[in-house]
Amino acid sequence: MRLAGFYVFAVAVVLLPVLFPDNYFVTVVGIAAGLHVILAVGLNLLMGYAGQISLGHGAFFGMGAYASAILTARYAWPAPLAMFVGLAVAGLVAWLLARPILRLRGHYLAMATLGFGIIVHVVMVQATRWTGGPDGLTGIPALDLLGWPVDSDLRWYAVVAAAALLAIWLSLNLIDSRIGRALRAVHGSEFAAQMLGIDTGRAKTQVFVVSALFAAFAGSLFAHQQGFVSPDSFSLMVSVELVTMVVLGGMASTFGAACGAIALTLLHAGLVVFEDYEMLIHGALLMAVMIFMPQGLFGGLSQGARRLWRALRRGGDN
Amino acid sequence: MLDQLFQFLVTGITIGSTYALVGLGFALIYNASDVVNFAQGEFVMLGAMTAIALLAAGLPLPLAAIGATLIAVLVGLLLERFAIEPALGASVVATIIITIGAAIFLRGIAMLLWGKDFHSLPAFSGDTPIRLGGATLLPQSLWVLGVTVALVALVRFFLDRTLLGKALLACSFNRAAAQLVGIDVRAMLRLAYGLSAGLGALAGILVAPITFSSYEAGVMLGLKGFSAAIVGGIGNPMGAVAGGLSLGVLESLGAGLISSGYKDAIAFLFVLMVLFFEPTGLFGHKTAERV
Repeated sequence: MRLAGFYVFAVAVVLLPVLFPDNYFVTVVGIAAGLHVILAVGLNLLMGYAGQISLGHGAFFGMGAYASAILTARYAWPAPLAMFVGLAVAGLVAWLLARPILRLRGHYLAMATLGFGIIVHVVMVQATRWTGGPDGLTGIPALDLLGWPVDSDLRWYAVVAAAALLAIWLSLNLIDSRIGRALRAVHGSEFAAQMLGIDTGRAKTQVFVVSALFAAFAGSLFAHQQGFVSPDSFSLMVSVELVTMVVLGGMASTFGAACGAIALTLLHAGLVVFEDYEMLIHGALLMAVMIFMPQGLFGGLSQGARRLWRALRRGGDN
Repeated sequence: MLDQLFQFLVTGITIGSTYALVGLGFALIYNASDVVNFAQGEFVMLGAMTAIALLAAGLPLPLAAIGATLIAVLVGLLLERFAIEPALGASVVATIIITIGAAIFLRGIAMLLWGKDFHSLPAFSGDTPIRLGGATLLPQSLWVLGVTVALVALVRFFLDRTLLGKALLACSFNRAAAQLVGIDVRAMLRLAYGLSAGLGALAGILVAPITFSSYEAGVMLGLKGFSAAIVGGIGNPMGAVAGGLSLGVLESLGAGLISSGYKDAIAFLFVLMVLFFEPTGLFGHKTAERV
């Protein structure tokens, strides 16, 4: 029962390409949406459950991507090994950073994570010998899963969908574990959680590392799927987008974060037709959603639906 | 070597003055509303770009500067009225996203109006550099420094000596209490947004002849201003000024002595170190957190 939502989601993901074969929105946009789902679900563990904002998550996404890109394209390492290195680097950095950075709160935490994201971005642009600088790195080979080359949009859709479902499944289980309960206590009141004997520093460190690992994993997949990485894909704006996805999803809901990721990806794909007006509309929508539905798009919609349902029932009784 | 150091110092103080003005705006808004306004850098950009446009439309420079500042103040007031006031009392994350949305929105408008090219403003009093020992100083740097000093002094006088300024500060200490003694908290909120938009716009106009401007120019300036406010202890106006100057000098020394490509990384590394070791800022008050 706990995983009922998960199964519904999984069936929808499998049915989409069957119902709409060769549809640009399903395969191409779907791949981007799937990667965003992994990122948002990971960030949601930190933001939604532990209540810690991160405006620098693009950095961990970038670490995974660049580790895979550099090691496979330049040194011809096997893809899984490169991905493992990316995960290790992102996890280690997150672990080192977690204690000092998660002691901060509110705007200080926002500033610190933002600064971290910018520093990593500057390194991507400047360390030209390794990263190729602003032009980025090309020639990243496609994934090859035990002799099954992932070389078409549909195959990539399958791989990314499977990865996104795995991320959701992991997140759902993590939240219901002992760690998850400790995190929710930290979100409620860090002080009270401490009084109950929860090592809050440790709990926050663990979730920071886990959410960095989610991001680095998505980064590795992204690098292989695009065949190309450049610093633009990991800029401050990307980190802001990720936070927006989680908040749109209403925070503290794995499916909310997943839906927020999908909604924002579709929005971007749709806004492209407005060309020069894209930025203006994007900004206006962000403001409008936060002003009128501070509990997130899905929180707002589901509350509206509940109210409507109650009103209808009352109407029926009379 | 000493001449070179002096040169870096002069450059650093010039650019640091801009950060100081932006940071001052951050501090004023934070005091009045507990909101960190991520659209602060966009006021800087709007000031510079509007002044450039008004000048191109045939207005003399002083009028263009005044007009641009007034337009930025108007935008600041509109932002407060239509984006901040409806969301009073929202969570920190929600207000961060609202102001980031506002920043993207303003950037979008600027891009439609002025395209993606870089524009520049002519220097206020010529480009002939002034020699100071072995270092050179652009006349525009003197304008930046002079106006910054004057503005900071004015803000200081306003906060310390006028009733309106004291009312604004009272809101930052305790909003409910301020309301109880008859201060119109909403009006103070508008005042803070108008004032900090004006300060930002003036900073943008002053520095536009040195750095050029484009629709995206506000992003980094805004973040540096935010850093200045954080380094100075958020909500402490004079701390923000000190924070801005130290950030500018550090960045300029880093660019000159280490690597110019890494100057932004050096600036933010400094901010991170301050946050890790002195989380309330270098010039902030120590406060205990209420549970």
